[in-house]
Amino acid sequence: MKYVCELCGWEYDPAEGDSEGGIAPGTAFADLPDDWTCPVCGAEKDQFSPA
Amino acid sequence: MRPVEIAPNVFEVGVRDWNIRDFHGYSTPAGTTYNAFLIRGETNVLIDTVKAEFTEELLSNIRAVMDPKDIDIVVSNHTEMDHSGGLPRIMAAVGQDKPLYCSKMGAKNLARHFRENWNLKEVSSSEEISIGSGRTLMFIETRMLHWPDSMFTYLKEDGILFSSDAFGQHYAGSEIFDDQMDMSELLFHAKKYYANILLPFSALIAKLLKAVGEMGLKLNMVCPDHGIIWRKDPGVILDAYDRWSRQETQNKAVVIYDTMWHSTEMMADAIVGGLVEAGVEQVRPISVRRSHRSDIMTEIMDAKVVMVGSPTLNNQIFPALMDVLTYMKGLKPQGKIAAAFGSYGWSGEAVKLLNAELSAMGFELPEEGIRIQYVPERDQLTLCHGLGLRMGLRAQGREV
Repeated sequence: MKYVCELCGWEYDPAEGDSEGGIAPGTAFADLPDDWTCPVCGAEKDQFSPA
Repeated sequence: MRPVEIAPNVFEVGVRDWNIRDFHGYSTPAGTTYNAFLIRGETNVLIDTVKAEFTEELLSNIRAVMDPKDIDIVVSNHTEMDHSGGLPRIMAAVGQDKPLYCSKMGAKNLARHFRENWNLKEVSSSEEISIGSGRTLMFIETRMLHWPDSMFTYLKEDGILFSSDAFGQHYAGSEIFDDQMDMSELLFHAKKYYANILLPFSALIAKLLKAVGEMGLKLNMVCPDHGIIWRKDPGVILDAYDRWSRQETQNKAVVIYDTMWHSTEMMADAIVGGLVEAGVEQVRPISVRRSHRSDIMTEIMDAKVVMVGSPTLNNQIFPALMDVLTYMKGLKPQGKIAAAFGSYGWSGEAVKLLNAELSAMGFELPEEGIRIQYVPERDQLTLCHGLGLRMGLRAQGREV
């Protein structure tokens, strides 16, 4: 499931992962490390909600 | 300055901050402007305000066109205080119950700046309102360009985009329009603005430019909240943003360094020689304590090679250099190759620490860098020259 950052609107797509943050494609949002942050604005995981 | 009618019944009513030289840590040798726009018609609209201390001048400009009480709606494209600071006095003059249009994040952020009971109207992207006189305003959400609240307001029939901070420049002149300016000077100020404010959001800007292209908006005029209005050919600044948002680099190298007793400086000079010999067209040696971080970033934005030199001071990187590196890291320049160098006395940690900083920024580090104890001798400077030469060749995709 995709998740969207409440602060900046950036969307986390598990199919793409987050190359900048070292997150491989296919990683579910729930499996992201606790210290992972939004690559655009730096918001923490709890600022994301299901898209 | 008096208001200027930039299109029929559309007035620029903002102010000039001629003598500001430091804009929250960004050097502004040409000052800046806080642009605000007044549309006169069946519904009178004010778009954005100015820094709080200039509000009286904004009010006086508005009065030259109409009584502020006749303004029917106010639009806040961006919550940052150089554009919203005037809102409390403006709303008091316009009428506290008048609608204040902003994005969803704008409503949240305005509430955290001003403890006022304003009649906030949250708008979503592509939402339109008719303002009579055959005119329509459309709002375009531009989150993180450059704050979560940022949006554009588009005057549809006239093809005028009020673009908030996007496409702006810190430049205060008596000129209003791009056709009154020397284009290379104007683009320099626009580039510096992009490098220091918008660079970290480049991926979003690329997306936005694509989306605006697909919407097929006609753009007769682009009116940013700082500096000069683009009307002669708004395509010039759109093309520049396209290039900058893709972080295109040139055959260019920046050598930034600090020095205590000229040793790191000697190394920098030798590296510069190597870069030039490699055929790098633009080589920019910059001593960080004699240059402003915002000018350094403007040079770095389109450079392929970033060479960083620091002496080791009490086991650390030199502090003036850390200032620049911290600033640079936040602005997220991409697609660079880098190498570190520096002189040291006894322990010499700076090069290793610089390498860690540069790789944390995602720069490619093809070499370990060079550190030299105390004063370099001729052979050691030859090594520095060689480092510059190899980095310069790599920058051009040539064999090392």
